[in-house]
Amino acid sequence: MTLIFPKESLSAFPKHLTPAYRSTVKRSPSKPLIVMPHTLSELTGPVYGHDAVQEGDNDLTKQHKGEPLGERIIVHGHVYDEDKRPVPDTLVEIWQANACGRYVHNVDQHPAPLDPNFTGAGRAVTDKNGYYKFVTVKPGAYPWGNHHNAWRPNHIHFSVFGYSFVTRLVTQMYFPGDPLFPFDPIFNSVTDEKARLRMVSSFDLENTVPDWALCFRFDIVLRGREQTPTHTEKH
Amino acid sequence: MSEITPSQTVGPFFAYGLAPHSRCDWQPSKIYDWKDTVGADLVTPDASGTRIRIEGRVLDGDGLPINDAMIEIWQADGQGRYAHPRDDRGARPNSKFKGFGRSSTDKAGVYSFDTIKPGSVPGPDGKPQAPHIVVCIFSRGMLRQVYTRIYFADEAANAADPILALVPEERRGTLIAHKGPQGNVSLYTFDIRVQGDNETVFFDI
Repeated sequence: MTLIFPKESLSAFPKHLTPAYRSTVKRSPSKPLIVMPHTLSELTGPVYGHDAVQEGDNDLTKQHKGEPLGERIIVHGHVYDEDKRPVPDTLVEIWQANACGRYVHNVDQHPAPLDPNFTGAGRAVTDKNGYYKFVTVKPGAYPWGNHHNAWRPNHIHFSVFGYSFVTRLVTQMYFPGDPLFPFDPIFNSVTDEKARLRMVSSFDLENTVPDWALCFRFDIVLRGREQTPTHTEKH
Repeated sequence: MSEITPSQTVGPFFAYGLAPHSRCDWQPSKIYDWKDTVGADLVTPDASGTRIRIEGRVLDGDGLPINDAMIEIWQADGQGRYAHPRDDRGARPNSKFKGFGRSSTDKAGVYSFDTIKPGSVPGPDGKPQAPHIVVCIFSRGMLRQVYTRIYFADEAANAADPILALVPEERRGTLIAHKGPQGNVSLYTFDIRVQGDNETVFFDI
């Protein structure tokens, strides 16, 4: 199986310059990107497998002496390529605010409490079926300075590797039905509605554990499809 | 056919999750420590080649330091071999060298890596590429990552590099790291200007 990484697949990505998200104004390239073919340097990428994680790294509720406050949840799903094949043995890293909407970071000065039992970072490696699972608490919404009365919808940050350095993806997982969606310029930087909804997890009643935790499913699709006669590799 | 998951910004608070022991001072208290999987020191005991340090600033369109960026690098080892199954040219002598590093920027917008100078790798049509490192930049205010490359000022092979040749001549200089002495490790400086005058060349890959 030889994978190719067509650039058309990136069409739903946000534009670098999205003025409604103010920080993009001075942090987006103003000159055209240089088109280049994928060489061995782009077709390869970091390999971080099961040796990169330790048991318990995927349970954010057990990193301290006590249990964190908030609503315990399970977040799980599969990592796929564009042909819907599982991406096995790939590193998935997450970080998030605590249940009050506060990040463990000196720069976050939101007047909501830190939780001594919650850091908010986790990692997992997908199994042979591309499956990953985390246990955490639902992150709170929080205000930010982008515009008057700006609040971020609840979200968990995801970082995923995949097969090459060009499949690298950093994204955010949202929760279904969030009332803040229409007002968030980061969420809406993905202008196509169907693409936007690919960042929203679904409530998973079947895998909700009775008397213990709600479950949300978040499948991730990375670049990469099998080479076919209509897709000749550019060299 | 499945359509890919869109990118979103890494935001300002990634450090404790992705680069807990890098240059960013994020910790409100030691109880919140988290262990590194990926760090800014790529050197492994078995890695042969020239040890180098790469350091630079990340600057925004006003020339101000970006103090919440994350820089990732991907490179071949000293013999020009990638630690990846798609590099199928037989056993690698530096098998522990992973070729991947991650650094956050600090208050002054500075990132740094300790690594091995990469060897030449094959390019399109089998012609060699000059030694280079692929760089991926994430930050608050970037809704998707941007990619650039680091080349080395002291490499004659740059003149024949097929990728540098795609870049307008007047902009090629933004891809060149320059050498300065520092102790017994060679220091290269490579600033990244995200926007504006002398903007770093970014690649559409």
